[in-house]
Amino acid sequence: MLRFLVTRALWMVPSLFVISFLAFVLIQLPPGDYVTTYIATLAASNEVVDQNQAADLRQRFGLDQPMIVQYWKWITGILLYGDFGLSFEWQQPVSELIWERMALTLVLTFSTLLATWGIALPVGIYSAVRKYSIGDYVATFFSFLGLAIPSFLLALVLMYLAAVEWGQEVGGLFSEKYQTAPWSWGKVLDLLTHLWIPVIILAVSGTASLIRVMRANMLDELNRAYVTTARAKGLSEFRLLMKYPVRLALNPFISTIAWLLPNLVSGSIIVAIVLSLPTAGPLLLQSLMAQDMYLAGAFILLICALTLIGSLISDILLAIVDPRIRLE
Amino acid sequence: MTGSNVVLEVKDLVTHFPTRTGVVKAVDGVSFKIERGKTLCVVGESGSGKSVTARSILQIVDTPGRIVSGSMMLHRPNGTSVDLAKLDPRGRDIRAVRGAEIAMIFQEPMSSLSPVHTVGDQIMEVLRLHLKMSKADARARTIELLKQVEIPNPDRAIDRYTFEFSGGMRQRVMIAMSLACNPSLLIADEPTTALDVTTQAEILDLIKRLQQRHGMGVMFITHDMGVVAEIADDVLVMYHGKVMEEGPVDRIFHAPQDDYTKMLIGSVLKLERKADIRLKRAPIDEKAPPVVEIKNLVMHFGSGANLVKAVDDVSLIVRPGETLGIVGESGSGKTTMGRCLMRVYQPTGGQMSYRRADGSVVDLVAADKQKLRECRREIRMIFQDPVGSLNPRMTVAQIIGEPLLVNEIAKGQELDDRVADLMRQVGLEPAWRERYPHAFSGGQRQRIGIARAIALNPRLIVADEATSALDVSLRSQMLDLMMNLQDKLGLSYVFISHDIGVIRYMCDRIAVMYRGKVVETGETEQVCDAPNHAYTKALLSAIPRPDPRARRMGQRHRYVA
Repeated sequence: MLRFLVTRALWMVPSLFVISFLAFVLIQLPPGDYVTTYIATLAASNEVVDQNQAADLRQRFGLDQPMIVQYWKWITGILLYGDFGLSFEWQQPVSELIWERMALTLVLTFSTLLATWGIALPVGIYSAVRKYSIGDYVATFFSFLGLAIPSFLLALVLMYLAAVEWGQEVGGLFSEKYQTAPWSWGKVLDLLTHLWIPVIILAVSGTASLIRVMRANMLDELNRAYVTTARAKGLSEFRLLMKYPVRLALNPFISTIAWLLPNLVSGSIIVAIVLSLPTAGPLLLQSLMAQDMYLAGAFILLICALTLIGSLISDILLAIVDPRIRLE
Repeated sequence: MTGSNVVLEVKDLVTHFPTRTGVVKAVDGVSFKIERGKTLCVVGESGSGKSVTARSILQIVDTPGRIVSGSMMLHRPNGTSVDLAKLDPRGRDIRAVRGAEIAMIFQEPMSSLSPVHTVGDQIMEVLRLHLKMSKADARARTIELLKQVEIPNPDRAIDRYTFEFSGGMRQRVMIAMSLACNPSLLIADEPTTALDVTTQAEILDLIKRLQQRHGMGVMFITHDMGVVAEIADDVLVMYHGKVMEEGPVDRIFHAPQDDYTKMLIGSVLKLERKADIRLKRAPIDEKAPPVVEIKNLVMHFGSGANLVKAVDDVSLIVRPGETLGIVGESGSGKTTMGRCLMRVYQPTGGQMSYRRADGSVVDLVAADKQKLRECRREIRMIFQDPVGSLNPRMTVAQIIGEPLLVNEIAKGQELDDRVADLMRQVGLEPAWRERYPHAFSGGQRQRIGIARAIALNPRLIVADEATSALDVSLRSQMLDLMMNLQDKLGLSYVFISHDIGVIRYMCDRIAVMYRGKVVETGETEQVCDAPNHAYTKALLSAIPRPDPRARRMGQRHRYVA
């Protein structure tokens, strides 16, 4: 087990190295660079930037150097000083920008996750145990509905309802007066009153698909011989369900942790934009469009690192909950 | 039969399964009694309702099955009685009976135990539930139970998982679990069917001894008449949900009244000796050059510490028109051997010289793709599982015709004619050609498999446990069909089986495999009646004979290598 962990961790180093290089190349692939975008923005507001000024900017940002040199500077900065560079657009260190956003993203994602699992797992179990009952059909109907409705549409509808019918402030995670205020109890409460709309929207499609998956997993397990054995032992129906089939039906969910972490950053971008949430997704999109390459590069690196760490965590958890899996 | 000794009295039990096409009467008016300390064997072929009867007693019939009528009186040692059929299947009362007064063990010890809980956890659960034991007491008792069922190092075994045990050991764990609360009745649903004969003998032995020690009644469900003859006091013969005959074991075997019982016993006894077709046939020409000559065949899996010598220096020959039986227990390498012969596996070493029809000799181990392709037309295979080996989305005509089509031998009208002809040869109606495999019974499916195997006019057929999945009454039919085809088409068979009865019925010579090695080869009669090797003797002595007057579990040899 320990040997497995060490080798896996060691393998992550070259993987990350290759990924960081690829990410850097990919960001540079579109024609032009940040300065081109910058000039275009200025031109839109009728300001003219001449070639000399552009060359000046390029030199200041180091964009005139060959790509490999730029990459080298970037990666050594990260490795040696933990410096992820400066965001061109925001004129702020990338790390500051990211961490601020990540904290809120974390809160949102885990609230959503709790809501999703809290609703989907019991409903899925019920649906499977009472297969083809009224309750199962109702759950099935709503889960297909949830699957079919695009999240951004739901976001728009909920925003409309909240704003027009209930008179609630929508959009963002804070009221105006707390927007820039330092953290306090008031701000936390304010966050909670704003959090429920994005949580509901993000949870709907997740819950819907999870109900289907849990139902299918449970149906597989319910017919296994060990369930009959447990019944023949005299266990009550609820106890045997929880101890045997549910326990085994949950195993596949552990492997989903692998993509849960990267979803922190890149998931639900559209909903976040519609609701103007201050999370990581919109920032990533914006940085890519503006060719703000250090910011975008840091995000992509983060996503990849989280993917690797996530799959390692789910492998370890799987080995812990399922004794049949041996890590060697 | 005195009333006080009866543990369970079942009267007119009816269990139905409502389906879309109508009600299936799985159990249709069954009555029987089980006495303390006695064993009742329930026999019948697949679909006879014997398993459903057993599950009805504990009210654990799979949905949508339900008990419609009848009574099942459980007589307790304190003199009280309860009608199990009247209890709510989810209620407290029936749950107090399950696992405590009536315990059950199942066919597949692997799937019947949870793979993610330790065996100790699963046994202790029963003790804590019914006897309200503390954790420490339950653990001590569990270790004691594991010791009773002769599991080595019980204090360490208790914390192991099922997949760390062999099949026989798993079934011992199941038995330990069922005995946890000293039940007055043990229901065993085909508990040894998935096990090797030597392991089966040990488990039967164990159940017998525990039964004597605890004085419980045993209801033993099986399709194996040999097992019945070995252990039963009374026998209940079931067919299509009804009891055909009931009585003491000796009468059932030696003076059966019912026609179905007679047929069942008859088809078992038929497999006790050589087939008539074989007795009538002229002897095989021993001087003819062999079709296949296997020399020093070696097949290893894995490497280093995990090296498994699945086939370990095996040399055999198969003569033209001959059936070579390969017999052995699971893990003996007999299936691997068959697959090497088809070059499904690439053997690690050795030679397999195959003599083609034109007299040229090809070494199958070294043959290139082109040669192999040609040879594979002449060497075909019949598989064990008639369900799994037929593609459910292809019609019978497509399945049988596929080898002809793939090898570009026939198409269009010619293909249709060939398929119809093949179907007739194996006793299937050509009019059924457009049906899908699920529309056929197990025996018919195996005929489809045989038709596919002979489609290319092969010279050698490897049959891997070809009759194991079939009911005993179908088995001899299938073997007779195979022998008729053999004589008509001049086939040679390599017949792989763990069932010595089937081997004796059909094979000319036998090779006995044990742990990858051939320990003994010889003429069928010589190997079966006067074996030379100690392992062969042990194997033969472990096979229960279908004659209650010749019980021999007691005089079994054990082979320790």
